[in-house]
Amino acid sequence: MSPTAPLPEPCLTISRERFARLLEVLREDGYRLVGPTVRDGAIVHDAISGVSDLPEGVGESQERGTYRLESRGDRALFGYAVGPHSWKPSFFAPTVPLWRARRKDGSFTVLEHGAREQPPLALIGARSCDLHAIAIQDRVFLGGETIDPAYEARRRRTFVVAVNCGRAGGTCFCVSMGTGPRATLGFDLALTELLDDRGHRFIVDIGSEPGRDVLARIGAEETTPEDREAADAVIARTAEHMGRQMPTDGIKEVLYASVDHPRWDDVAARCLACTNCTLVCPTCFCSTVEDRTDLAGEVAERVQRWDSCFTMEHSHVHGGSVHASIKSRYRQWLTHKLASWIDQFGTSGCVGCGRCITWCPAAIDITEEVAALRAPARR
Amino acid sequence: MSASDPWTPRPLVIAERTRETADTFTLRFEPGGDGIRFAPGQFNMIYAFGVGEAAISISGDPTRPGTLVHTIRDVGTVTHAIARLEVGAAVGIRGPYGSAWPVARARGGDVLIVAGGLGLAPLRPVIYDVLARRADFARATLLYGARSPTELLYTRELEAWRSSGIEVDVVVDHAGADWLGPVGAVPSLIHDVVLDPSRTIAMVCGPEVMMRFSVRALAARGVAADRVHVSLERNMKCAVGLCGHCQYRETFVCKDGPVVSADRIATIFDRREI
Amino acid sequence: MEGLERILREHDFLKDLSLEQARFLVSCARNLHYATGDFLLHEGTDATAFYLLRRGRVALEIHVPGRGTVEMESLGPGDVLGLSWFIPPYREQLDARAVEPVVAIAFDCQCLRDKLDADHDLGYALARRLFEHAYHRLERVRLQRLDLYGVQ
Repeated sequence: MSPTAPLPEPCLTISRERFARLLEVLREDGYRLVGPTVRDGAIVHDAISGVSDLPEGVGESQERGTYRLESRGDRALFGYAVGPHSWKPSFFAPTVPLWRARRKDGSFTVLEHGAREQPPLALIGARSCDLHAIAIQDRVFLGGETIDPAYEARRRRTFVVAVNCGRAGGTCFCVSMGTGPRATLGFDLALTELLDDRGHRFIVDIGSEPGRDVLARIGAEETTPEDREAADAVIARTAEHMGRQMPTDGIKEVLYASVDHPRWDDVAARCLACTNCTLVCPTCFCSTVEDRTDLAGEVAERVQRWDSCFTMEHSHVHGGSVHASIKSRYRQWLTHKLASWIDQFGTSGCVGCGRCITWCPAAIDITEEVAALRAPARR
Repeated sequence: MSASDPWTPRPLVIAERTRETADTFTLRFEPGGDGIRFAPGQFNMIYAFGVGEAAISISGDPTRPGTLVHTIRDVGTVTHAIARLEVGAAVGIRGPYGSAWPVARARGGDVLIVAGGLGLAPLRPVIYDVLARRADFARATLLYGARSPTELLYTRELEAWRSSGIEVDVVVDHAGADWLGPVGAVPSLIHDVVLDPSRTIAMVCGPEVMMRFSVRALAARGVAADRVHVSLERNMKCAVGLCGHCQYRETFVCKDGPVVSADRIATIFDRREI
Repeated sequence: MEGLERILREHDFLKDLSLEQARFLVSCARNLHYATGDFLLHEGTDATAFYLLRRGRVALEIHVPGRGTVEMESLGPGDVLGLSWFIPPYREQLDARAVEPVVAIAFDCQCLRDKLDADHDLGYALARRLFEHAYHRLERVRLQRLDLYGVQ
């Protein structure tokens, strides 16, 4: 796993060809590449074999409740922000078989556990917000008294090729959350893509020893001062064009004190409890378990799968659900994400990726909801 | 079987099964080896093969870890499946989990135990602890409310506890003419009980509404909120703080609770749907 | 009479009453003893008595055809027994039976009502106390009614 700050190194540049070679080398080293690729009208994360699978020349426009791919008219490989997939499903899998057991003489024996050996993954094109999200999930699943073994197995050996966003998404607010746009943690290599009359190249920040080693094997050139400046300018421009803002000062206290704020009724009237936000959110970690048997009732298994606090079952105790109303579920989700998370894990649970805004069918925007909750209640 | 896997239950055979009331029963297990060490207030996840798990407080004697005791009410799919098991059948056990009643904090002072309905089950280990070192405590009082006389738990032990230096006051919601005790609600017992608020540690367990009213009644008697403890109940799946279900604002009931002090939850305990 | 005045002012319900007010009430009051099983009130009868319980427990009961006698609530030392004397048509709603030996201050209700009509300040002071007492009783009854220990 990568250390938390880039090593002080002279900056290096690689060409697009060398970048293609980087992906090959990672594959040869046994990593399974996961990266962005176009499918069903969106840029998703999937297994990729090389550069040819990347969304070359594809851009997107995002707004609340809206996501559309566009043609950029160039050959940029990372000319878009984040799509509906984060890296969450790579480590916190949507379905995890936990164990199977066989009935035996009124008792039972456990047959096997879920697979503990997982192939190492190389994340290609990870954005800074998502790197912070991975760090947040690491704290949840690996940082407490009990470690999630399935997450640990998937996360054990990961190579991260990050990309500094060249373009802010329409709903992004990483600047507000202090999570970007420049990648500062959780990567082995961080690339800034430059595409102009000087060629198609990537300015590389080295984030770890494994990163340095791989880079040495593919070869790189020292970055020119112009390119260094150009790369910094790209990132600065991205930072200036955030689609949203969300001031975070005192946000925990505001949300804790907002229990009776009328805004919750307002958002509850719009929220469909469809759980999209929790699905696309890179930090949401709720799961449930299903216990089932085969038809004869002889072999039982337990399977873990993603869950959402927007379902009625999530808070079920005998007699009913604690969060029976959509209002209480939305309030629970937002308060947890932006406030309780801080008390539980030491950071906000939100990284400002904007996915919940883009993918909400009711076009609910959490930055707008928070701004309304900060305002004194008016009836 | 990996000891470090948090999800896998361990089979334990039911050694004894006792009926407590019409819908409540007690199971005893002999885990063998060093037994199962637990602190009063902790719970296990009990697994019925092929059906699922339920979070059940341990209600045995913490000074006797060789016997594991659970009092269970038949109210849902899992507890119903457990209720149908006979001696010799096994359930799966994961645990013990959770935070403990602050028995040590009460030493040298008074301990006030307030139980409603099945809430006496998670508090019984406290009583055993107190009885094991009775001289360490000054006044020890149990206030216990139940629906009706036939729904009282551990009736024979209530008498034994009285004779062992615990003041036991029992109240029921309603009763027939042959009930000689009071009829009413537990908070009224709190209203009348002899107590010194500056040296009392109160431990309250029962339905949430009963706990809310009891906490209020204790506050009205001058017992500071950090001296009052309740046992919360929320939907449990993993019991180790990974699945997110049991959260009560920032509290993971499975690992920061279920026992929490009243001052920790003071601002939200009275609010709806938190 | 002096002893009864003191007893009146010591009772939870009437504490902080002035000496004058206690003297004014005392002529309506008697200190009574009841044996286990004695009825202090009968359902359906005219409300003629109002009690301040000093010792022993009283069961408030109602008889339900088919179910028998159901005890609704217990009252004990410090409690007030009998509210119907204050509310027209002044008829008892429940039976009140001593479940152990009971000592209580009994007030003659007509005497008490006359006195309260004559002294409005005292009337207000008593009415406030009655209201507060009824408020706490209501809370208890609500908790019982919630049937919290039943299966949800």
